[in-house]
Amino acid sequence: MRHLLKLVIVVVLLAWVSSPAQTDPPAEVDSVEVAEVTPPGPVTSLSVTDKDNDHGHATVLSWEASVDDSTGLANVISYEIFRWVPFAMDHVDSLRGQLSGLRAEIAAAEDVTDEMETRLDLLEAAFDAAIDNLPQAHGQYPQNGEWRSVGVVASGVTAYGNTGTKEPTSADYIPDYADLYYRVDAVTADPVVRTASEVYGPVQCYGQWFNTDRSPVLVAVLAFGFFTLLFVTLAKKGTDLYVRPLAGIEAVDDAIGRATEMGRPILYVLGLGSAADVATIASFTILGRVAKRVAEYQTALIVPTYEPIVMTVAQEVVKSSYLDAGRPDDFKEDTVFFVTQSQFAYVAAVNGIMLRELPATCIYMGKFFAESLILAETGALAGSIQIAGTDEIAQIPFFIVACDYTLIGEELYAASAYLGREPILLGSLKAQDYAKALVVAFSVIGLIFANLEWTWFVDLFHVAN
Amino acid sequence: MKRQFPLFLVFIFGLFMVFQYFVPHETSEWVYEFLLDWILVIGIFALALGIWSLYKVSVDKIKTRKANWGYSYVTLFGLFVMILFGFTSQNGDSWGWYFIFVATVMLTIGMVIQAMVSSGQKGLSLILAGVFLVASVLIGMFDNAWSFHFYTAEGLQNSMFRAFFDHILIPILSTMFSLLAFFIASAAYRAFRARNLLASLLLLAALIVMLRFNPYLSPIFGDYMAKTSNWLMNVPNMAAQRAIVIGIGLGIVATALKVILGIERGYMGKG
Repeated sequence: MRHLLKLVIVVVLLAWVSSPAQTDPPAEVDSVEVAEVTPPGPVTSLSVTDKDNDHGHATVLSWEASVDDSTGLANVISYEIFRWVPFAMDHVDSLRGQLSGLRAEIAAAEDVTDEMETRLDLLEAAFDAAIDNLPQAHGQYPQNGEWRSVGVVASGVTAYGNTGTKEPTSADYIPDYADLYYRVDAVTADPVVRTASEVYGPVQCYGQWFNTDRSPVLVAVLAFGFFTLLFVTLAKKGTDLYVRPLAGIEAVDDAIGRATEMGRPILYVLGLGSAADVATIASFTILGRVAKRVAEYQTALIVPTYEPIVMTVAQEVVKSSYLDAGRPDDFKEDTVFFVTQSQFAYVAAVNGIMLRELPATCIYMGKFFAESLILAETGALAGSIQIAGTDEIAQIPFFIVACDYTLIGEELYAASAYLGREPILLGSLKAQDYAKALVVAFSVIGLIFANLEWTWFVDLFHVAN
Repeated sequence: MKRQFPLFLVFIFGLFMVFQYFVPHETSEWVYEFLLDWILVIGIFALALGIWSLYKVSVDKIKTRKANWGYSYVTLFGLFVMILFGFTSQNGDSWGWYFIFVATVMLTIGMVIQAMVSSGQKGLSLILAGVFLVASVLIGMFDNAWSFHFYTAEGLQNSMFRAFFDHILIPILSTMFSLLAFFIASAAYRAFRARNLLASLLLLAALIVMLRFNPYLSPIFGDYMAKTSNWLMNVPNMAAQRAIVIGIGLGIVATALKVILGIERGYMGKG
């Protein structure tokens, strides 16, 4: 009996030791853990609006955090944003994929067949029709669609921008003027345990016709335009407007005279800017003046260019100057020529011209980059008088060091008015001076106000990107 | 009318460019992108003019035997051979008659140039050009080892194109760029001569900024140099730069306004 009792005790102990899992089955563990995660409180006050000051295709969501976000149960780890998407979007996605595949096929094909082109036309037409149908499909909410996740943010965050693209060919396309519906889920560590907010909608996104964030710029442009017109009018009426001498520009005539006396050419470099750069436009004006004087003195002019459009414009400018000087026959089209659009190949070519032709004067006006010092130092080695002007801040010190005269920043733009001495051009120059005075005054006032912690004044000038 | 119409166009498009900055709407963006595309289109046509200008200047240099005229042949060779490489590519492992084709095309162009620059014997040059042209066309028609690619980017993967670009052009450009180091040294020597008080101040400031990067300075002295250098760069230097930037900004707006309103006409050849 005693042995039987011992045996029973050993068997029971062995059974208990060897199979603990049988006492705590995994299924029960899981069910206990799941039962421990309580669904959190939903986000409240969900609000969705069209994104301001954009081209459309974007919305902005904001909400109040769940009561269990870092307080209460504190079990919210993220918020997942859902947008209701009609099944018609799947059709659009399918057509988009087919279209993309067919375009790739056509791009890779040696010979594009008529059949391919017909298929492409049909697919494009079907795709356009599907895109046009999207606003109508969105109007069928809540039928024929489903909720799709558009983004996730961490707990504590209470805003989200659902920014799509305007290109229907992109998978991120969000149609304008379509009824959009959103909801936000408060999500726990177990993604299955979550609480959805109330649905917000319909809301439509659309593009704006005025970017209010840029109002300060508009006010500044209008004020500056007013100043310009005011001083131009005053100048036209005969008001004497003083402009301080610009040594670099005054030296141009002497430099041309020197070239004439030495019988050597003048090299004019327009820089690496395109014809759309304002510095290049200002340089054209100076080139016109230089070319006119060159034509009068019958000196040689060399204008190697970096950009074909700049070359075409510069040829026209020089041609007109020769015409104005009464020497149209002296103009040679090869005076202005294209070299290359490779930065250092251009430098090599211009340096070669400098060392071969030994120009008496080198004029650099426009946009310059790393090549500025190489050009100016080679010009100095060639013994030329050098005049430079650029609005590239980083290159100004190089020109100051290597050239005899340098127009610093805005002086490049003032040069045309200074050379012309025409009232309307001088008027615009005066407007610039007054605008600068205003900028200085506002800077000082802003400095004082900022130190007094009156930020409203500084905020007036804030321009969002 | 000849003068007024371009001014009218500048006014309309200039004004649109100003307004589009304030109008984020899709329509405005569409027109803006459309106009930017036009810049590309005009640029491509202008590039043809540019290449023609380069060709003309080079041929003229050869014709008049100007100084170093021989290099113009190198320019023209580089221009045409790269165009040719860019539009052709290998089909398999073999190049076939490709290099003979390139040689015949270059000889055709060379003979045409020779006919243009020489005063006599033009006939012989033109006959030879015709012979080389026929040879190149025949090779192009019957050699399947390579082919033309006018619409795809495959030409850019042509190993000859890559070899010329990577192993000739890039090293030459890098060499030109590296010259900058020596020019900076010579320019610094001129700039930092202490001729007067201002030049002496400039020299002192430059020494501080340069010594800041000297690895052999003691930690205490190095730290002092770093702080002084940072102050020089962030306070007086930055203040001067901002003053220039404000001036440049206003200058750009003023010039743009003058161009839009037709006050500034220098770019049209009328000052």
